[in-house]
Amino acid sequence: MSEKLNVILITGRTISQGTAREGKKTQNEYVESAAICELDPEDIEKLRVKEGDTVRIETSYGAVIVRVVISTQAPHSGIVFIPMGPWANEIIGPNTDGIGMPSFKSISAEIEAVPDGKILDALALIKGR
Amino acid sequence: MSKIITNVVCPYCGCLCDDLEVVIEGNKIVETECPCELGSGRFLDLDIATRIRESRIKVDEGFKEAKIDEAIERAAEILASARRPLIYGWSSTECDAIRVGIELAEEVGAIIDNTTSICHGPTILASQDVGISTCTLGEIKNRADLVIYWGCNPMQAHPRHLSRYTFFPRGFFREKGQDDRTLVVIDVRKTDTAKLAKHFLQVKPNYDYELISAFRLAIKGYQVPDSVGGISREKIEEIAKIMKESHFIVIFFGLGVTMSGAKNRNIDNVLSLTRDLHRFTKCVIMPMRGHYNVTGFNEVLTWETGFPYAVDFGRGHPKYNPGETSVIDVLLREEIDVALIIASDPIAHFPKEIAKSLMNVPIIVIDPYESLTTEVASIVIPSAVAGIEVDGTAYRMDHVPLRLRKILEPPEGILSDREILSRILENVKRLKGR
Repeated sequence: MSEKLNVILITGRTISQGTAREGKKTQNEYVESAAICELDPEDIEKLRVKEGDTVRIETSYGAVIVRVVISTQAPHSGIVFIPMGPWANEIIGPNTDGIGMPSFKSISAEIEAVPDGKILDALALIKGR
Repeated sequence: MSKIITNVVCPYCGCLCDDLEVVIEGNKIVETECPCELGSGRFLDLDIATRIRESRIKVDEGFKEAKIDEAIERAAEILASARRPLIYGWSSTECDAIRVGIELAEEVGAIIDNTTSICHGPTILASQDVGISTCTLGEIKNRADLVIYWGCNPMQAHPRHLSRYTFFPRGFFREKGQDDRTLVVIDVRKTDTAKLAKHFLQVKPNYDYELISAFRLAIKGYQVPDSVGGISREKIEEIAKIMKESHFIVIFFGLGVTMSGAKNRNIDNVLSLTRDLHRFTKCVIMPMRGHYNVTGFNEVLTWETGFPYAVDFGRGHPKYNPGETSVIDVLLREEIDVALIIASDPIAHFPKEIAKSLMNVPIIVIDPYESLTTEVASIVIPSAVAGIEVDGTAYRMDHVPLRLRKILEPPEGILSDREILSRILENVKRLKGR
C-alpha cells in the first residue's frame, strides 16, 4: 500500500487539452486529455504507480480521481500538473483574495494511489456536484 | 473545384497568426497550411458532431427545439425582467459582437465580464498601479536580443509564438535569428519551452515575488541572499548581468505569475523590474494572452465605459471594482439571477463552487458548439464561428487589431453573435418600452 504524498498542485494549458476543448467537451477525447495528472518520474516511483493507473488528489476544497501520465515537462518532483478543465476545478477553491482571481496554481494537495478508481466523464462530474 | 485562400487570420490563441492558407472545396474546409495543431484543429474541426444546429429551450425535464426567433424572444424576456443579470464570456468572438453586448449590458443593468477575470486580471490591476512598458510583437522580432519567458509555456499554449515573433525568426537588427538572441525561461517545471532555453531557472512554486525582488536588487548592485526560491545567488547575478548588457529585453509572463502567490503584486514587482532596467537598457514586457480576442474585449469595454473588464451597470452607470464586480466574486456571493454566456464555457473552467452557483440560475448560451455550459443551460442559441463564418475585428496579445475574414458561409439559419445580440437587444428595448 503506497502512502499519501504531499505535493503542490498546478493547473494549466496543454496542446491536447486545447484541441479537445474546442467543441469536444462532451466526448471521450476530453476525458483522455484533461482527466489526467502529469507526475514526475520520482513521484511515480514513490507512489508505486505506473502510467494509466488512477490516483486521488485532494485539497482543502475537494478530491478528484484522475489518470496518471508520466510528465514530459520533468523534472518537477513534488509538483503535480492537471490540465485546466472540470477535473482540476473539482479541487480549486473559490476565493479570490479580493482581486477577482481564484488560485488555480501552487495549491497544497495530497495524492494517493487508488487502484481501479473510477474517473467520471465531464457530464457526470458536473451533474454530480 | 478547390479554392485556396491565403493570409487567413487564425481565431484560436492570442498570437492571432495571419499567414494561414485554407483549402476549401464547396462550402467545406478540406486542408489547412498551418504548422500549429491548435490552429489547424480550429478550421478542420469546424463541422464536428457537437456543432449545434438548432436553438433549444428547456421545458420541465428536457429540452424542446425552438425557432431562432422564439429563442431570442424568450432570452430577451428573461433578461428584461432580471434583477441582477450577468453577461460573461466574449474572448472567442469578434469586437462588433462585444460592442452590441456592452449596449445590452447597459440596457438591462448587467454585470459584464470576460475571461480576463480568470487569466490576466491581476496584470491589468498591476498595469493600472505601476504602468507598463510594452511594444508590438513586430518590434520584438526585429530588435529583441534577450527573450525571457516567466511562468508560461508557449510551446503548449501558443505554439507559434517563438517561431513567428520572438526567438527563432530573423529580424531587421537580428539577422541571424536565434543566434542573435538569448532565451531565458523561469518556471516551476522544465517545460518544452524551458528545454529550448540557454538559461533555465527552476523557481520553487510561490517564490516568483522573491525572485523578481532578487533581480531588482542584483541589477542595482545590492547584495542578494545565497539562494532565492531555489535559485543560487550566482545564477541570479549572472542573469542580471546578461540583462544589463542586452540591448533590447522582452519579458513575457503567463498565468504561472498571475495565478499564484501574490498574484497582482507579483505583476507589480515584475513591471517595476522592467522600469528599473531602463536605467541600463531598453526593456519591454507583455502578458501571454490566451484566447484570440481576450484583448479585444478589454479594448472595446475600455472605449465604451473607461474600464477594461468586470464592469457593473447595476446602478445605471459603469462601476469597476475587481474583487467585487468580477464574475467569480458575484457568483461566490450568489448575487445574480440570470446569466447570458457567450463564446465561453464557464461550467468547465470555473472552480467547482462557482460553477455550482452559476448552475442555480437560468443560463442563456450563445455558442457554435456543445459545451458543459450548454448542457445545463435554459436556452441555447447556436451561432456562426467568428473568424471563419463571420468577419470582424480581433486584437492580438500586443493590442494590434487584425481583421478576421469570412471564408465560409455558416450553416443555414445560423446567425452571427452580433446578429443574435442585436435582436435580443431590440426585443429588450421593446419590452422595456424604449
